[in-house]
Amino acid sequence: MDWDWGFVAEIMPTLLQGLKLTLIVTLLSAAVAAVLGLGLAIARRSANRYVARPVAFVVEFIRGTPLLVQLYFIFYVLPDAGILLPPLVAGVIGMGLHYATYTAEVYRAGIENVPKGQWEAARATNLTMRQTWVHVVVPQAVPPMIPALANYLIAMFKETPLLSAITVLELMNQAKSVANSSYRYIEPMTLVGAFFLAMSLASVVILRWLERRYGRLGT
Amino acid sequence: MAEWSGYLTLILQGALVTVQLTLMGSALALVVAFLAGLGRIAPWGPLRWLATAYIEFFRGTSIFVQLFWVYFVLPFAGASLSPLAAGVLALGLNVGAYGAEVVRGAVLSVPRDQREATVALNLTPYQRMRHVILPQALPLMLPTFGNNAIELLKATAVVSLISLTDMTFQAQVVRAQTGSTLVPFLTILVLYFLMALAISAGVRAFERRLTAGLDGVR
Repeated sequence: MDWDWGFVAEIMPTLLQGLKLTLIVTLLSAAVAAVLGLGLAIARRSANRYVARPVAFVVEFIRGTPLLVQLYFIFYVLPDAGILLPPLVAGVIGMGLHYATYTAEVYRAGIENVPKGQWEAARATNLTMRQTWVHVVVPQAVPPMIPALANYLIAMFKETPLLSAITVLELMNQAKSVANSSYRYIEPMTLVGAFFLAMSLASVVILRWLERRYGRLGT
Repeated sequence: MAEWSGYLTLILQGALVTVQLTLMGSALALVVAFLAGLGRIAPWGPLRWLATAYIEFFRGTSIFVQLFWVYFVLPFAGASLSPLAAGVLALGLNVGAYGAEVVRGAVLSVPRDQREATVALNLTPYQRMRHVILPQALPLMLPTFGNNAIELLKATAVVSLISLTDMTFQAQVVRAQTGSTLVPFLTILVLYFLMALAISAGVRAFERRLTAGLDGVR
C-alpha cells in the first residue's frame, strides 16, 4: 500500500467540488425534513382517527425500510407515473422524507415534554389557540429539540453518499469516478472517509455545546 | 404470470441473503458492542482510549463509506475479502459502535449502591458484572438494541452496491430484465418492512421474558 501525495493534490479539486454538492444536498434535505416532519407530527396528533392512523402507518413503514430502496423507488418508479425528477431533486425528496419521519418523533417528544399545566393555564387565561402555541408551547418545546434535530442533521450528512447510487455527483461519487478512471482506490476512498470523519468530529463538539446550552430531551 | 413467479423466486433468494447478513452482522455487532461498551468504562486508560477511538471512528463515517473502504482499499493492503465477509465486517463494526454506547449507558445507569453492595460483599469484578450489574442493565439495553437491529437490516441494502446479491440487488436485476419498476421495488419494500416488524416483535417477546422476574424490583 503506497500513499501518493501528488495524486492527492491532483484529485483534491474534484473531491472538494463533490463536498460542496454534499453540503448543499444535506442542507436542502434538512429543510425538507424539518418542515415535513412538523407536518407529520401534527397529523399524527390529530384527533381524527382517519388521519392519525394512516399517517402513523406511513411513518412506521418509512422508518422500517432502507433509504437506498426508497431512493430507487423515487428515482425509477415515479418516472413511470409521468413524474420525471432530476437525480438531485429525487435525492433531496428521498432523504428529506426519510428523515422527516425521524424529526417528527423529535417534535412529538418536544411537544409532549411541555407540562400539561401549561396548556391548562393557557386555557384558563383565555389565550387563543394561536397565542397558546406561539407564546406558551413553542418557546418551551423548541429549545430541547435543537440538539436532537442537530443530531439528525449530522446523520443526514453522513448518509449523503447513498445518493451516489442514483447518480448524484456528490463526494462519494466523485471519489468513485476518480478511482475508477485512475484505478487508484486508496487515496480517494480514504480521503472521503477522512472528510466525513473530520466533519463529524467537529459537529460532535458543536452538538455537545448545544446540549449544554439547551438541555436535551429525556428520551 | 409464470415469469413473475421466477422473478419472485429471485427476490426471495435475495431476501435469504439479506436475512443472513442481518443475523451475522447483528451477532458481530453484539459481541463488539459489549467489548467496546465495557472497554469504554474499564478502569485501565489505554483500553478506554482504544474503545473511544473505535466508537468515534465508526460513528463518524457512514456504513456506505466504511463498506467501500473495506471492499476497495483493504485488498491493496493484502487483505482481500469476499463481498459477504466485507459486508458482515462493515455492518457489524458500524452498528457495534452504536451498540457500545447503549451498553455503556445501561451499565452506568445501574444504581450506584448496587455496585457498592457488590464491593462490600467482596465479589470479584467478573461476579459483579455477571450476577448483579448485567442482569439489571440488559433489560434497559434491549429496546435500543432492537432499534439498532432494524437499522442494521436497513443498512444491508447498501451491500448491493458491492455486488452482493441481496434483496435490493435482485430487485435491480428484475428491473433491468423486465423494465418493470413498481412491482420489484414495492415487493422488497414490503418485505423489508415485514422483517423490521419481525425484529421488533422478537425483541419485545425477549424483553418480556427477561423482565419476568423483575416486576417488583424496578
